[in-house]
Amino acid sequence: MKRHIEALLWLTLIGAALVWSFSWLQLDLIGLLRHDSLRQMGDYAGSFFPPDTSPAWLRQIFKGALETLAISAIGTLLAALAGAGLSLLAAGRLGQLAKALSRLLLNALRSVPELVWAALMVLAAGLGPFAGTLALALHTAGVLGRLFAEALENAPAEPARALRQAGAGPLAAFCYGTLPGVLTQWLSYTLYRWENNIRMAAVLGFVGAGGLGQMLYFTLSLFQQSRAASVILAMLVLVLLVDALSAWLRNRLG
Amino acid sequence: MHLTRTAADPRDPAALPRLLLTLLAVLLLWPGLVLTEFRPATLADPRNLDVFARFLGGFWPPELSPGFLRLLGRATLETLAMATAGLALALLLAVPLSLLSSRALSVSALLTGRPARQASLLRYPARLLLILLRSIPEIVWALLFVRAVGLGPTAGVLAIAITYSGMLGKVYAEIYESVDQRPARALLQAGSSRLAAFCYGILPTAAQELTSYTLYRWECAVRASVIMGFVGAGGLGQMIDLSIRMFAGGEVVTILLTFLLLVLAADQLSSLLRRRLA
Amino acid sequence: MSIRLDGVGLTHANGYQALQQIDLTITRGERVAIIGPSGAGKTSLLRLLGTGLMPSAGQLRILDEQPASLGRGALRRLRARIGLIHQSPPLPPRQRVVTAVLAGRLGQWSLLRALVSLCYPLDAAGARAALEPLDLEDKLFARCDQLSGGQLQRVGIARVLYQQADLLLADEPVSAMDPVLAEHTLGLLSRVAGQRGLTLVASLHAVDLALRHFPRVIGLRDGQVLFDLPAAEVGQRHLAQLYSNDSLAEHAAPLPATEPLPAERMPRRCT
Repeated sequence: MKRHIEALLWLTLIGAALVWSFSWLQLDLIGLLRHDSLRQMGDYAGSFFPPDTSPAWLRQIFKGALETLAISAIGTLLAALAGAGLSLLAAGRLGQLAKALSRLLLNALRSVPELVWAALMVLAAGLGPFAGTLALALHTAGVLGRLFAEALENAPAEPARALRQAGAGPLAAFCYGTLPGVLTQWLSYTLYRWENNIRMAAVLGFVGAGGLGQMLYFTLSLFQQSRAASVILAMLVLVLLVDALSAWLRNRLG
Repeated sequence: MHLTRTAADPRDPAALPRLLLTLLAVLLLWPGLVLTEFRPATLADPRNLDVFARFLGGFWPPELSPGFLRLLGRATLETLAMATAGLALALLLAVPLSLLSSRALSVSALLTGRPARQASLLRYPARLLLILLRSIPEIVWALLFVRAVGLGPTAGVLAIAITYSGMLGKVYAEIYESVDQRPARALLQAGSSRLAAFCYGILPTAAQELTSYTLYRWECAVRASVIMGFVGAGGLGQMIDLSIRMFAGGEVVTILLTFLLLVLAADQLSSLLRRRLA
Repeated sequence: MSIRLDGVGLTHANGYQALQQIDLTITRGERVAIIGPSGAGKTSLLRLLGTGLMPSAGQLRILDEQPASLGRGALRRLRARIGLIHQSPPLPPRQRVVTAVLAGRLGQWSLLRALVSLCYPLDAAGARAALEPLDLEDKLFARCDQLSGGQLQRVGIARVLYQQADLLLADEPVSAMDPVLAEHTLGLLSRVAGQRGLTLVASLHAVDLALRHFPRVIGLRDGQVLFDLPAAEVGQRHLAQLYSNDSLAEHAAPLPATEPLPAERMPRRCT
């Protein structure tokens, strides 16, 4: 009985939060549903159709899609390399101080969203896909570094210890004793993040970091809705393709 | 046999595949580096370096003037409200779509063993709609809505509502199908309506999982609504965007810290609610 | 001369005296079994010989070196000459046999060579030569998780052979194996050690196996050498003294509860 009352109390609080949210934002939902604003939105939506499928534009979209793909792939690759390095520190292989510092760094990298990194990197590297690549790499390095470090901590220590006992150097012992055990897990984490990053790469262009996002932003700013429509379709296709590909790859890796 | 065994160096069967894979990787990497205009030297370009160094230099001290903090507080609340309102609207769309697309309430499947064709005709468009809704990133929706309904949080709320209805609808449908189907089947067989069978047969067992997933999505919505501002949809994101454009490093630091606190607090609140409600 | 201990004692950090006043000489090419009840100090002695621990008293010489006085580099070089045989060889399941065997010589290779060999086995012929006496040369390019427990054990031995160690140390190499496999493995081990003139020191809890496969048997009790005799001269009297208060079964003594290698560790690896 007491549990029920408590749950009821929480539900009331949630309800109050909902009411407060709507009133704070002063959302004019009814206004949105009025005849003229509905017609306005309908007109705007209609202006996207039919999508522009002229060969020249499609070629540009194809190039933009490739750029997006490249941003996501290179960004993820850089992140995996950096994450692997940082994960060694974060798993405490090189002392407690390095462990604490690298964990702090990984958390900082991870908690700043990609889009914020992109806006910062546009300042550091200028407009264009390179800024987007760096932004993805920075955020993803934080994510992967933590996952990699967890995999390292769970890996059995005996193989590397035995090699050390037989006189191997620390790096060689790591490569022969620990790496084979964690590599597939690392790969599968990386693929999973890549899937995520391709969505992000498609929108990083909104702050000037290249790819399909930049094309979408430009065309919408220039009121070329039919061109924008084909960019959105391309994004959709890209996302669905990568989802399928990555699911297939991860299935094969087991 | 002994002769051949000792004479020839054993050939590694994995060598050729490994070589080909490496070649393939290099072949793919090269155009990738070209397309991303991968030039680390630009980072060391004196002009970029100067700009960024000045920007970083402005990071300390963080901006803490009362006027700015008041603005920040409003933006934080706006972000929270966007996430909450957006998720509430998403539920309005997600629940009916999930009921339509789930196979758990199919009467024909119960009677004949497989769903009837007309019902499938209704189910597949519902699923397709869910896929479409969630596959376009929320910030693209936000950009479109900013153009359609103007700058401000309304666009962000609508964007979250659209994307999250797709995600919630899909997972809800899966949850309905994953719980014990026998109570609902019994009710359907006894002639109760589908909605009643859902409310009394499926909802009681699925409620906990549904609540927990919804709360998790709310956390994601908080993160997402921070981002929305970058396309003009209000909240903290708009403030970060403005501060970066104005090179106000101190403001950026304060906003980022606020963002971190907000995300942490949202995580805590949602896990607290999950414990209380589950 | 392979090993020489003069008045060696070992006191653990918690004050426990694991070994005291041990005088022992093992010459090159000898095969020695160390037996004794659990807690007698067998594992401590072997870790001492493997330079994993340093003596707290007395003098220890291994392969004409004094481990306690060596610098890091020299200690590594000494360790590269000592081959350790583990009861369940610590091999990563996804590693290929060839790589696992080649890893034996990491102590002698440069880092560059080690890294290149990880991608393309530089000395596959050498690895096969090490696998050949163990009848495993056809598994050269198989993955470790495709092998049975007994085959894995042989891969571990092949690694030590490839390492070209001068001294082989085995701590309870067969304690979790079924009798047939244990018999086979020990036979193999002492055969290859005999063929190559390697010094072999193994701790065993099964007295019959020790007597059958090793020419020289050392009885250890309470951290001291109780007897050190040719296998033929070890009689019931010695054993009774060694295991007094300890149930001496006809065959294997019961697996001591304190041993750090429980039986279920075996399948956890390459499955």
